[in-house]
This record gives sequence, structure tokens and C-alpha cells, in this order.
Amino acid sequence: MFKLKTPLTLRDLKPLKHGDEVLLSGTIYAMRDAAHKRMLSEKKLPLDLRGQIIYYMGPTPARPGKVSGSCGPTTSARMDKYTPQIIEKTGIISIIGKGARAGQVRAAMKGKVVYFIAYSGLGALIAKCIRKSVMVCYPDLGAEAVYKLEVENLPLIVAQGLDGKGEIK
Amino acid sequence: MRKLNPGLVTKTVREMCITAAHKLPCDMLRAVKKAAAGERGISARILKLCLENAKIAEKEMIPLCQDTGVAVIFAEIGRDLFIDGDITAAIEEGVRQGYRQGYLRKSIVSDPLFERKNTRDNTPPVIHYAFAKGNKLKLTVMLKGGGSENNSRINMFAPSATLEDIEDFALKTVAEAGSKSCPPLIVGIGIGSNFEGCALLAKKALAREVGSVNKDKRYAALERRLLQKINALKIGPQGLGGKTTALAVFIEFAPCHMASLPVAVNLGCHSNRHIVKVL
Repeated sequence: MFKLKTPLTLRDLKPLKHGDEVLLSGTIYAMRDAAHKRMLSEKKLPLDLRGQIIYYMGPTPARPGKVSGSCGPTTSARMDKYTPQIIEKTGIISIIGKGARAGQVRAAMKGKVVYFIAYSGLGALIAKCIRKSVMVCYPDLGAEAVYKLEVENLPLIVAQGLDGKGEIK
Repeated sequence: MRKLNPGLVTKTVREMCITAAHKLPCDMLRAVKKAAAGERGISARILKLCLENAKIAEKEMIPLCQDTGVAVIFAEIGRDLFIDGDITAAIEEGVRQGYRQGYLRKSIVSDPLFERKNTRDNTPPVIHYAFAKGNKLKLTVMLKGGGSENNSRINMFAPSATLEDIEDFALKTVAEAGSKSCPPLIVGIGIGSNFEGCALLAKKALAREVGSVNKDKRYAALERRLLQKINALKIGPQGLGGKTTALAVFIEFAPCHMASLPVAVNLGCHSNRHIVKVL
């Protein structure tokens, strides 16, 4: 089991191999389909994501007094169309999602991005790892807006390390 | 003729949406527990986390899954029941109130192709009406997420198709879904009727109780065989391998055109959120 804390560099991520279990703490950014599409259409990015981790997730609204609603990962394959460009445009070094990726995405991630999977369908359990959640851009997208999350010991599994190895079903 | 106030329909649908989002159905809880006992290593650990997730969801009122889905409602109306008002409006209002008051995610967009603008209250739901004997209203509410729905498939086979062809189609659907549909799955299969009819049969099949056996022996045998074959794919919980790729296979069937053999495979995730109530 690896324990990681942001900010992270590619050097920190280098030892991670397919199948490794990780507990992640620190800052991550939740964004999914609509935010990807909009970000790619903009000349200037609304936030600096260099060296950051993005999480494919759209939460349920938090109940009053709670930090976060349910917040498990959504299907990564839907982002496949955007991912190679998003990596180039933003400089992210890690992605958290659910399920297999297309071949060209796996190739685009090699050496640049570690792909983690989070426990899918376990949004209540994952909500317990969220310490802070703030909507940082695209509020009009509702559940598809970009959220900055502070997480503590978020359980992840390495699907593909920087070596580009590791296929998942 | 019994009279039913539509306000009661609204209140009931509202509560059903909220309960379905937070409480793992009893049959699913039993099935996941049983599967966890048969797994080892990470697969066993993940299934135990599913049970832990269900505990947290119910106790702390955090939805089981962030995708609280499209609300799918089956309404079976007794012929001797008079609903004093607009039942569709009453159900829609129940969904609106349930998703707002229950802090569920609003996932419906107004137009599929152009604006894709969120309707902000998760309406409209998908409603299927049927008539039945008696003077009751039977409501089934399913919260159907995108991950399991997107990987569901329909195929219009020719009548010359063999049982094996149909089994292969179901297996291919599950294999292509992989971990995207959140296994271990409930696999609902509709065979017969027509293009839209087989999809509806498959959806209805997902509401069957885990552990129930098909009344028709031939279909019961097909369900058992398919469950074995699906589990032999070893996709496992979270797609990380293991014996449990599906918890159950349910088949619903109906007569069809002599030229057709429609088959639909509708996938349900490891929470398979559904709830039934009779008014």
C-alpha cells in the first residue's frame, strides 16, 4: 500500500505499477464530460492544472452540514475522445476514473499520466474521504461543474503506471 | 370503484426515490454478502466495501452512488381503481420532490442532441403503464444510472439463431461492459415481443428478486447456464478478477413475429436500486 500526498511530481509517481493500491491525500479536481468539452473550446484555461490530478466525477448535492454528497467515479471511456488533448493542454499528471481506456488514450498517457481507478458505485464510502469541496468553475454545468476537492486517504488502484503497462477489463 | 388521491401517488413516489437512492435492496444485500463469502483477496475485500457503502448510505443519508439515475417507474393500475386526477403529473411531481428534497443528483438534460441543458429537477422520468386486476396501484421505482444503461444492447436475431448465438450475444454484452457497468451485475434479458418490447421485458427482468427461479423450466435452465458462463468471464468486482461477475441472470419472454427473434440485454449494477409499493 502506497501513501501519497499532493503536490506530486512525475518522479513521485514513477514507482507505481498496475495493481498497486494507494491512499491519496491532498487536492484533486473533479471534472467530467461537459467540463472537458468546454475546457478544450477555450483559448485560456480557467484554472491552472499543471501537475494536478483530475477525477472523473459528478457528485450528488451535499446535505446541509455535510462536506460532500455521494462521489464515486464515472466511466472514463466517455472522456477518451478528449483525454489526449486535455493532457497536452492542461499538463495534468494523473487521472482517476472507472474502467478501461482506448488504445490511443493509453498511449497518450504513457510517461505523462498515471491512471488510477477508484471504487465504482461506492459513492457514500468515498464521500467519507472528502474534507472539503468547492465548485471552482463552470457553475452553470451543475453536477458537471469543476470541483476542487481536499481528500484524505482516498483509496485508489493503479490501472496504468507511467510505464504504460496494465490493462483492465 | 375505489378512489385514489393523486397527492398520495406524489408523496409515495417521492419517498420511493429517496429510499431507493439510499437503501440497498434486501435481496441485493443478501446476494452481495453471499458472494463476498465465496471470494478471496481483493475481490472479497471489494464486496465487503459494497456492504460498508450500503451501511454508510443508509445511516448517514448519502446516496449509495453519485449517479442517482433516470427514475424509471412501472405503474400497474387496477381496473377497479379510479385515480382522481392526472397520474402522470402526480408521478412527475413525486420525482421532482424526491430528487430535490432527497439531495439526489439531477442528471436529466432537456434535449439529447443540441442544448443538453439540465432540467434541474431530474424530470421527466420514464413511465410505463399497464392495467391489472383489482383496485390497487402497484408502483415500481428504479433508479437507473448511465454506467449500466449505456452498455445495454438490443439485437434483432433471425429465427434461425441458435440458443448459443443468443448466449454469445449476452456474454459479449457483459464482456464489453467490463468494469464500466459496476459489476457484480444483475443481467436482465428480454426475449421476444418486438424491438421496443424486448427492451421493456429486459428492464422488467431487473426488478425480479435475486434468488427467484423462472417459472418456465427451460428459461430457468438458460438463466443458470448463462450465470455460470458470465461468471466464467472472471471480470469480477470492479473488473479486477474473481468469481463474481454477475449475481443473477433474469429472463422475461413474450410471443413475437414469426420473422423475428428480438433479444435485449439490460445491465444492472451492484446496487440495482429498485423498490416496489402497492397503494
